[in-house]
Amino acid sequence: MARLNVNPTRMELTRLKKSLVTARRGHKLLKDKRDELMKQFLEIVKENRDLRRNVEEALSRAHKSFTIASAVMSPEMLEEALMYPKQSVSLALSKRNIMSVNVPVYDFKTKNDDPAEIFPYGFATTSGELDEAVQALSDILQDMLKLAQLEKAAQMMAQEIEKTRRRVNALEYVMIPQYEETIKYIRMKLDENERGNLSRLMKVKDMMLEEQRKANIKHDEEVAATYKG
Amino acid sequence: MFKIAVIGDRESVLGFKALGLETIFADEVPVAQEALHRLANEKCAVIYLTEQLAAEMKDDLDRYTDALRPAVILIPGKSGTLGIGMENVYKSVERAVGSNILKNN
Repeated sequence: MARLNVNPTRMELTRLKKSLVTARRGHKLLKDKRDELMKQFLEIVKENRDLRRNVEEALSRAHKSFTIASAVMSPEMLEEALMYPKQSVSLALSKRNIMSVNVPVYDFKTKNDDPAEIFPYGFATTSGELDEAVQALSDILQDMLKLAQLEKAAQMMAQEIEKTRRRVNALEYVMIPQYEETIKYIRMKLDENERGNLSRLMKVKDMMLEEQRKANIKHDEEVAATYKG
Repeated sequence: MFKIAVIGDRESVLGFKALGLETIFADEVPVAQEALHRLANEKCAVIYLTEQLAAEMKDDLDRYTDALRPAVILIPGKSGTLGIGMENVYKSVERAVGSNILKNN
């Protein structure tokens, strides 16, 4: 693993050690976040899958009734019957925070609460299949909204998990080894300097002792010479 | 207050009109694309789109995948489901987990 390009100084070492501690803590936190997100995500996505299966089936059934209705009625009549809806739907959008992911919560309101009010046409000119189709659609609308909410939440959480996973991996496999490597490098370099310094001092000491010894011998000789003479 | 919209061919979405949803008839992909972007900019929180159209406009849908609003939800059209909606659910699993762990059951 490549080490960072820094000067091997004590200052740098202290700085890197601090960064390593931070990186380790960040890594742990992000890993926890990822695990929790994953847990929540799997719950949501399972529900999403089951709901989608139901909604798709129900919609296919509704389409079938609708196809029959359009076969029985002329296209113009069909359109005329449905063209001006009695009902209107509006949606309140709020957010829910799951592990710092803002997922939407839908709350829909219909203008008319009366369940019989969904048919915007008189029954005289329309076929019974159309009633069935509209009734079926009205029944699944609630589920469709729930599906929208779950599916959006799943998508957004998937994105967040992907992002978090990348961060965790970057810290685990790049940043932290890099810091460790660099700290090791600086430590070894400093130790090496220390040893170099020590051996130099010892050498100097040896040289000084040697000199002292020579000076002593010379002094002794001189003293001996003076007494002889 | 936000609206709910349905985009699709006439027969697939006409029924939703009775429920008071905003319906857009689009038989061609460009019409659907234009409607999708327009509705996304307007106050539309949920857009249902038939799979038959969605199959041709992947890039347009990707733009809204990570945004909070709108949620573009695929529904089967009148000729039945193409499995794209389900595929998308599995795709988000794959994105999050790394491999699809739900497909088998």
